[in-house]
Amino acid sequence: MDHNYQKDISGCGLTGLISTKKRMIGGADIVKSLCLMNDRGNGLGAGYAAYGIYPKFKDFYAFHIMFDEPSVRRTVEEYLKNNYKVEKVEEIPTFPVKAISISPLLVRYFVQPLKERLVGEIAEDDFVVNSVMKINSEVEGAYIFSSGKNMGAFKGVGNPSDIAEFFRIEDYSGYIWTAHTRFPTNTPGWWGGAHPFTLLDWSIVHNGEISSYGINKRYLEMYGYKLTLLTDTEVVTYLLDLLIRKHGLSIPAAAMALASPFWKKIDEMEKDDREVLTALRQTYGSALLNGPFSILFGHGKGLVGINDRIKLRPLVAAVKDDITYMASEESAIRAICPAPEKVWAPRAGQPVIVELED
Amino acid sequence: MFKSLAPPEYLATIDREKCIRCKRCIQNCGWGVYSWGGDKIVINTSKCVKCLRCYHYCPEEAIEIVDNPTKFKNNAYWGFHNIRNIKRQAETGGIPLTGMGSDLPYTILFDNLLIDACQVTNPSIDPLREPMELRTYLGKKPSSVELEKGKDGKPRLKDRMPPQIKIEVPIIFSPMSFGSISLNAQKVLAHAARECGILMNTGEGGLHEDLLPYKDNIIVQVASGRFGVNPEYLNAGVAVEIKIGQGAKPGIGGHLPGEKIPLEVARTRMIPVGTDALSPAPQHDIYSIEDLRQLIYAIKEATNYKPVSVKIAAVHNVAAIASGIVRAGADIVYLDGFRGGTGAAPSIIRDHLGIPIEYAIAAVDDRLRQEGIRNEASIIAAGGIRSSADAAKALALGADSVAIATAALITMGCTTCGKCYTGNCSWGITTQRPELTARLDPEIYADRLVNLIHAWTHELKEILGALGINAVESLRGNRERLRGVGLDTQTLDILGVKPAGR
Repeated sequence: MDHNYQKDISGCGLTGLISTKKRMIGGADIVKSLCLMNDRGNGLGAGYAAYGIYPKFKDFYAFHIMFDEPSVRRTVEEYLKNNYKVEKVEEIPTFPVKAISISPLLVRYFVQPLKERLVGEIAEDDFVVNSVMKINSEVEGAYIFSSGKNMGAFKGVGNPSDIAEFFRIEDYSGYIWTAHTRFPTNTPGWWGGAHPFTLLDWSIVHNGEISSYGINKRYLEMYGYKLTLLTDTEVVTYLLDLLIRKHGLSIPAAAMALASPFWKKIDEMEKDDREVLTALRQTYGSALLNGPFSILFGHGKGLVGINDRIKLRPLVAAVKDDITYMASEESAIRAICPAPEKVWAPRAGQPVIVELED
Repeated sequence: MFKSLAPPEYLATIDREKCIRCKRCIQNCGWGVYSWGGDKIVINTSKCVKCLRCYHYCPEEAIEIVDNPTKFKNNAYWGFHNIRNIKRQAETGGIPLTGMGSDLPYTILFDNLLIDACQVTNPSIDPLREPMELRTYLGKKPSSVELEKGKDGKPRLKDRMPPQIKIEVPIIFSPMSFGSISLNAQKVLAHAARECGILMNTGEGGLHEDLLPYKDNIIVQVASGRFGVNPEYLNAGVAVEIKIGQGAKPGIGGHLPGEKIPLEVARTRMIPVGTDALSPAPQHDIYSIEDLRQLIYAIKEATNYKPVSVKIAAVHNVAAIASGIVRAGADIVYLDGFRGGTGAAPSIIRDHLGIPIEYAIAAVDDRLRQEGIRNEASIIAAGGIRSSADAAKALALGADSVAIATAALITMGCTTCGKCYTGNCSWGITTQRPELTARLDPEIYADRLVNLIHAWTHELKEILGALGINAVESLRGNRERLRGVGLDTQTLDILGVKPAGR
């Protein structure tokens, strides 16, 4: 537990959308929505995540890996070969953009853990998480920035439009999208630092600063998470992973733990609710996310938006037909959906939970 | 009689012009400094402890208590207290006793730690306009919550939570026994604890019946003398504390002299009047960690599983000891640091054994996290918490709550003179002399103590607001929001705190 870390701080704009009927939506919409909020970023980081983009490989974990240099690639591939069945390897298609002069080597792998490596009672998911933690914390110059099934993150240092062009985001179609533009206020310049931040099929875009970061980090470390990025977003991702995937909490319960109601409100609830909320707060006090934030997190089955307990960062939601939109600004929604049926500002601490239809 | 060669520490002086010979100083001084000489007040300054009772009660402001300007020759190595103690020991052959926490100039880590504040990138929160939560629950927490669907489809708790003690502010009162302090002083603590939604602790002196109405705000203590312990006592409060050690006197027992055991104290302790109340150094049924486990569970069985706290002095190996205590089944680990107060301790022990609480909190919190058992017990940190800032720093280092004693006594008039062991406290706090204890009106002084807790509560809320957080859970263990000033790398490393500027 090294305490001599330098925490990464940034402000941002975010946007996301979901078709509950799993209609495939082209990347152009999300790019347009994000680019409208250009002034919420400063050109030092942008990214996109999409679900449903790899139907042919939907049973494989899609590892998106960035390498600073080719020699590192060999180390990682050796590790993958020893631990995974590698179905397909390809460089992530990129296209030259004037504003992006330097980029890491970007490769994607469709993999499945080797059965013989799943010794003991380790679940497949946990095995994958451990691999991601190991490579990201131990292999200098390699970074797995996406590891879910049938989904992927695309991100880097640049403006939203440049990053979109670089990865040809318009060429992808998905039923859930999240996107993010960054305004880092300290040393920028690392591609891995951009959002979305992902783990398995969690993808998080986040605007804000988690003032409780120090204890959230130490809390996660107790459960074996290795925090290598030192961003608030990383903390949010791992907390969701811990509470939902490992502890089996429902998404609403996890949201209540991370942005808990105030005691005054809990005390006034009827008995069952009060007991649940009290237990969640007592147990997950160190997981409470405190400070200004709005977060969108996508997962294999839906999209969720959460605000901090007193709504110190903006979050607007809208619905039109089977599509729910959430963004930092209403204008970013109206840019791609001029006449929504309903537009609202979610209340502080109250999550907006949208799930895909079966 | 041989005149002591240990010079008086203080000079009590009376301005004879101002003095109206009202004799209030004679009446107020518990130490016998003043007496009536027929036409004027006579002063025996060697008895003066500078508790300032006479100063405050002199209607003419005629009294002045000054540090004795006559000192031994300046010597950077042989300090005043070294020479004075040797002279006293040469005269008595005994162990010089003392009260309160150590006053020697060891480094105070609290004073080398500074707290963060928000600017621009994260907004601060105004506690006058926004809710600010300090409520804390002490006790064992599960590592996760399991929910199931009730008949109405809504989530319900699958298992009951382990017992939790709710405190509205993470500041409670440290154990102080009836015997070491007066019943009135205990009543002040009990009354304030109830008023503030916090806790007081009986210490090892049993529970006087007058405190029964306050039982929902009381922790009862079981220590090596087992004074006042019976099933009724164990079940009287909200939790039971096993006292292994005390910060001011790690590794040694207690000694309440027979002179301080009048009927009421004797009855509460369940011992004969006037006998010395001796608490052995170890508990004679605890010679190992497995013995502790048996006592913890014996108490749990006897109390239908109330939370059990184990209080230890912060010593070198505190992290491993605390880990053992948690694994032995304790719900709360109470850490008492080097600066912790006492009613009576050999000064050689108080001033040279143990470690400061700041190190202990950091080491224990780290160790419990490394072992994945931090949720199994709450940490209470005590031993020299002087202000809400000290409290905030202790919480940020990893404590769930702090406990205060000296600060609480100061609201009752204490000036930390350090002579608690004599039983002559002129403020009626650490004495059983009825004419002295009668001065401590529990209701009046409870208001003052409530004021202190309220003041610190407001200050803690201001600190949280400046940190941009609105719940104390987000301060607890959040060392990222502390910085060290002038601390060496290794100390910073132990505290898990960055230096200022990083």
